[in-house]
Amino acid sequence: MAVVETRSLTKVFKEGELGAVNSVNLETREGEFLVFLGPSGSGKTTLLRMIAGLETPTSGEILIGGRVVNELSPRDRRIAMVFQSYALYPHLSVYKNIAFPLKAQKVKKDLHKQKVEWAASLLGIGALLDRKPRELSGGERQRVALARAIVREPAVFLLDEPLSNLDAKLRASAREELERFHRRVGTTTIYVTHDQVEAMAMGDRVLVLNKGVVHQLGTPTEVYDNPADTFVATFLGSPPMNLAELSDVIVGFRPEHFRPVSSVNGEAVAFRFKVENIEYLGSEWIVSGTPASGKLGGQKVFSRLNSAQDLSLGGTYDFAVPQRELKFFDRSTEKRVEPKVVSWQ
Amino acid sequence: MAIGRAKIKSVGAAQSPLLGAAMFTPAVLYILLLVAGPFFLAIFYAFSDARIGNTEMHYVGLENFRSILKSPSFRIAIRNSFIFTICSQIVVIVGANILAIALEKTFRGRGFIRFLILLPWVAPIALGAIGWKWILDSIYSVISWVLVALHFYKPFNAPMWLGEPHLAIASVLLVHSWRLMPFSTVILLAGRTAIPKDIPEAAAVDGAGFWRTQFQIIIPMMRPILSVAVLFGLIFTFTDMTVVYILTAGGPFDSTQTLPSLAFAMGIQGSDLAAGAAISLFLVPLLIIIAYFMLRVAHRAEVN
Ligand SMILES: Nc1ncnc2c1ncn2[C@@H]1O[C@H](COP(=O)(O)OP(=O)(O)OP(=O)(O)O)[C@@H](O)[C@H]1O
Ligand SMILES: [Mg+2]
Repeated sequence: MAVVETRSLTKVFKEGELGAVNSVNLETREGEFLVFLGPSGSGKTTLLRMIAGLETPTSGEILIGGRVVNELSPRDRRIAMVFQSYALYPHLSVYKNIAFPLKAQKVKKDLHKQKVEWAASLLGIGALLDRKPRELSGGERQRVALARAIVREPAVFLLDEPLSNLDAKLRASAREELERFHRRVGTTTIYVTHDQVEAMAMGDRVLVLNKGVVHQLGTPTEVYDNPADTFVATFLGSPPMNLAELSDVIVGFRPEHFRPVSSVNGEAVAFRFKVENIEYLGSEWIVSGTPASGKLGGQKVFSRLNSAQDLSLGGTYDFAVPQRELKFFDRSTEKRVEPKVVSWQ
Repeated sequence: MAIGRAKIKSVGAAQSPLLGAAMFTPAVLYILLLVAGPFFLAIFYAFSDARIGNTEMHYVGLENFRSILKSPSFRIAIRNSFIFTICSQIVVIVGANILAIALEKTFRGRGFIRFLILLPWVAPIALGAIGWKWILDSIYSVISWVLVALHFYKPFNAPMWLGEPHLAIASVLLVHSWRLMPFSTVILLAGRTAIPKDIPEAAAVDGAGFWRTQFQIIIPMMRPILSVAVLFGLIFTFTDMTVVYILTAGGPFDSTQTLPSLAFAMGIQGSDLAAGAAISLFLVPLLIIIAYFMLRVAHRAEVN
């Protein structure tokens, strides 16, 4: 039985307009870390808020633990949510913030202290219990918000971009901490982000959303290596997948598979490639330019290389893509199709 | 905030020290002429036997205070001042919170309702009080008319809203509350709107119902702004004499007198300036206490 399930879940804010969430079907697996990934405005928050009960669906069903919960208020759904702003209660101490859900759900008073301390120690904030939220750093606030979420042992965690308020360095460590935390408590978690790195790093599975429509639901490797359509192909990866329109199909290949001919084995498609820009990123190089001839002639193509020291700006080189790394998409539906034989000339 | 303020200050100071002085001179003049002047005059009169129409005046020490403290009207006035002030604040805070919660939701006609609720505050208090005087009139009262029409009372037998001491006190209280409600509602509405939406949402997810969210989250978070509303309300009611003066003129039998209205009745209408001044001085210590709390609240709001 799925912890969270949605059936044709739809939310239309203004009648006549395109929905913020359109007919979403999903099913979480027990204990998994599911990430909602999509660009800004794609409906991730709206979808999460409908699951939480903070937004009323226009149509469709939400099930938690196998039970339809559309009519239940948030407090009856056995969920815990961490907001992007953390939404800590500013007038209450950390202790009282964490204890609030226990009080609200009428957990026996003599258990409060023990549970709060358990949650606080799990997140390493035992020393902060007497502070007010405004006396905490961003990372500490996030941990308090997590402690407040975990303390009542919910069936599912809903997290809405909990790391977006942190600076880049803290973000990496908070991400790791969050993963460790999830492994330890093992509670099914839905995590919203527009950051593909977060999604790939943390997710057991990733749900890729755009304009309220699910484009793909799969493991990070599935969505990256086998994108279901051109949106997923270009949204994931930076630089994104190179796409080329060839008669009735769109052919795509990742920048890391587009390399000098000498390093490509087996059957491959070769191009004369004119290098126009080289970026050094430390561990890798991003080379961009245009193929000199054929169907791709004049179109900007990216290559990601371990070393680009042999290449020079303005030079023309022989590059190639292994045949097996080519992805094919239907030209009108933009959905993935079976590989075909295409002419590159 | 602090940086912005410091910058503005230094710019002004650099331009001209005279500009600063010129800017606050009107305020200082106003306070000196219309507040400090009468205040010291009142202290001066309170220790004299000044009467209207009498050019002679003698120092009489504490005589005025002694006789005032003995007067039953004065004790009633003190009691009423507190009853009106405190009870109307309770009514207002409860009512204003309810209104603010209702007006926070978006619904059709909300702008119009907000306008209606603001009316008592916008209209001159004298007009409002005269309106209420008619509503509560012994003969023409619409309230009595409705009650008679509903057969609660026989014709001409309805209560005299302003004619019986207890009803008169309740009536004055009601009008004071009616008058202050808009002000508090607007302040509380602003306070509520300033609370990020996800705080009550977090409370809802955490399992709190409506009452718990209101009493343990929203209202405590609004404490600074709530204190502003209460302190302003205290001062407005405590120093107000228009409502009492127009509705009952302190009657029946001085049962609705307050400190300001009694001071006015004795000092101006009764020509005993000295007694009026002495009575009004009793307002001072209480207002000082309220002012102290106001400054503290203002300071704390600034710090946060
Ligand atoms: N209360 C609302 N009323 C009207 N439209 C709304 C409301 N909330 C969201 N929307 C619209 O719904 C769409 C999806 O919004 P949503 O907040 O779910 O996006 P998101 O994927 O969370 O974006 P972000 O990454 O920026 O947070 C947007 O076009 C937004 O303008
Ligand atoms: Mg969002």
